[in-house]
Amino acid sequence: MTSLRTLFAACAALFLAACAGQQLRGTGDLGMVIERASGQVTLVNTSSRQAYARIDGLGDLSHASVVYSRDGRYAFVFGRDGGLSKVDLLEAKIVKRVIQSGNAIGGSISQDGRIVVAQNYTPGGIKAFDAETLELLSEVPAEYAPGKYSKVVGLADSPGNKFVYALFDGGEIWVSDFSNPRAPTTSRYPAGLQPYDGLVTPDGRYFLAGLFGEDGVAILDLWQPEKGARKILENYGRGQEKLPVFKMPHLRGWSVAQGKAYLPAIGRHEVLVVDVATWKEVGRIPVRGQPVFVMARPDGRQVWVNFAFPDNGKMDVIDTLAGKAVRAFEPGKGILHMEFSPRGEHLWLSARDDNKVLIIGTERFDTVGEIAAASPSGIFFTSRAARIGF
Amino acid sequence: MSRSSLVFALFSAFTAAASGAFAEASTAPTPARQKELVHLVRQDCGSCHGMTLQGGLGPALLPADLKDKPAEGLTATIYYGRPGTPMPPWKQFMTEAEAAWIVDQLMREFPK
Ligand code: HEC
Repeated sequence: MTSLRTLFAACAALFLAACAGQQLRGTGDLGMVIERASGQVTLVNTSSRQAYARIDGLGDLSHASVVYSRDGRYAFVFGRDGGLSKVDLLEAKIVKRVIQSGNAIGGSISQDGRIVVAQNYTPGGIKAFDAETLELLSEVPAEYAPGKYSKVVGLADSPGNKFVYALFDGGEIWVSDFSNPRAPTTSRYPAGLQPYDGLVTPDGRYFLAGLFGEDGVAILDLWQPEKGARKILENYGRGQEKLPVFKMPHLRGWSVAQGKAYLPAIGRHEVLVVDVATWKEVGRIPVRGQPVFVMARPDGRQVWVNFAFPDNGKMDVIDTLAGKAVRAFEPGKGILHMEFSPRGEHLWLSARDDNKVLIIGTERFDTVGEIAAASPSGIFFTSRAARIGF
Repeated sequence: MSRSSLVFALFSAFTAAASGAFAEASTAPTPARQKELVHLVRQDCGSCHGMTLQGGLGPALLPADLKDKPAEGLTATIYYGRPGTPMPPWKQFMTEAEAAWIVDQLMREFPK
């Protein structure tokens, strides 16, 4: 009986494969690994923990990032050369590709899934594209003073088809409302010196911009933006000399766990802990380098931290109950990025200089798999499709 | 901006003598060390300047961008960093002669 059923299932699968070119399947356990040196991406499956396709022709992928269509089928890949590529994860191919500007570092997708926005360093500003066709809809140049354009950082979507971002050179937070995608309206809020990245909280209410030029984080309440941005964590360095920062921290994919936010300090080897009800500092946790990514496991019990050069072979794991790092290890060379499986039983890590992606069990810290990849950097799973701020 | 260009000018003057030494080529790094430096520039400088050095948070470092800038000043920027900007000092990780070698390579066509 069992064998008959198996046989039947196998036939059905063959039939589907023959007919439709492939089996029907969902995309909830799929994802993409960027291979920055070769301009390729590897498509992966987080259930089988295997790579299932490799795609090239995506241009310069150093620092590339990815957002997903709300059905989790299409990945929008933003490349350094301004390339914006739409990749079909099921058919494993590029379906559209445009060159949108000289120098993009990331993007985001609107609440309704219809607008993809790219953020650019030069010429500084954001550009909105139709998610279906990649047709250019509109752009907002980051001209913060007459003739002066700023690099844009920290672009994130927020409810109401709005996008929030910060101006590195302009020191402001901007909110662009794309209710009319061809004629966005923008509000500006002074933020502080040299915002280097930003994020929207998982509930979509607050935008935080980390500041490089001064100690502190600027925060804008998107429910009452008319109150303007204010500063939190001011003077967290307490006037001490900063350590040099060999790589800028990233805030997106940041951590809120148990009512507390965990943020990288700039120029110190610490993770700052903030109460999200009061936005006051409630602690700081020493770690073994300048934090780059500080990411909470989806259940919030652990926060994993990687580091800037020269400590980029190390990882620390903070137990949020204990309030300190409980695990310190060296999983590989050049740890650039990490992504949790949708419910957090595994963490995928890219070890750039080992040319592989490691899959680590988050309960026992055992390596449960690895995938070969040429200089892997970003790892992006389709679970991002449903998250606010991505 | 004026503050960083002042610092820049000071450092340029300060290091003009030191980086002159590189021009005599006696201090060129060994081939193995050159490989390490190329990797460092592409990967770790690349996080701000782009792996293809076309710019990012930091400016582009292609020959066309650097051609009118004095090499000594650029060497000083790498070695000492530029206070007040995200450009960090690299002196823990290389000698000044190695920084001068990097500038020299940047001004031609940086090795892959
Ligand atoms: C954390 C980011 C960051 C890293 C990493 C970084 N730089 Fe920079 N760099 C900058 C910024 C920002 C500037 C512009 C400073 C200014 O505003 O004057 C700069 C400026 C420079 C300049 C001067 C360019 C010019 O046109 O005047 C050189 C040369 C340079 N960097 C080389 C390097 C090298 C070589 C490395 C690696 C060993 C490196 N940088 C790593 C951010 C960075």
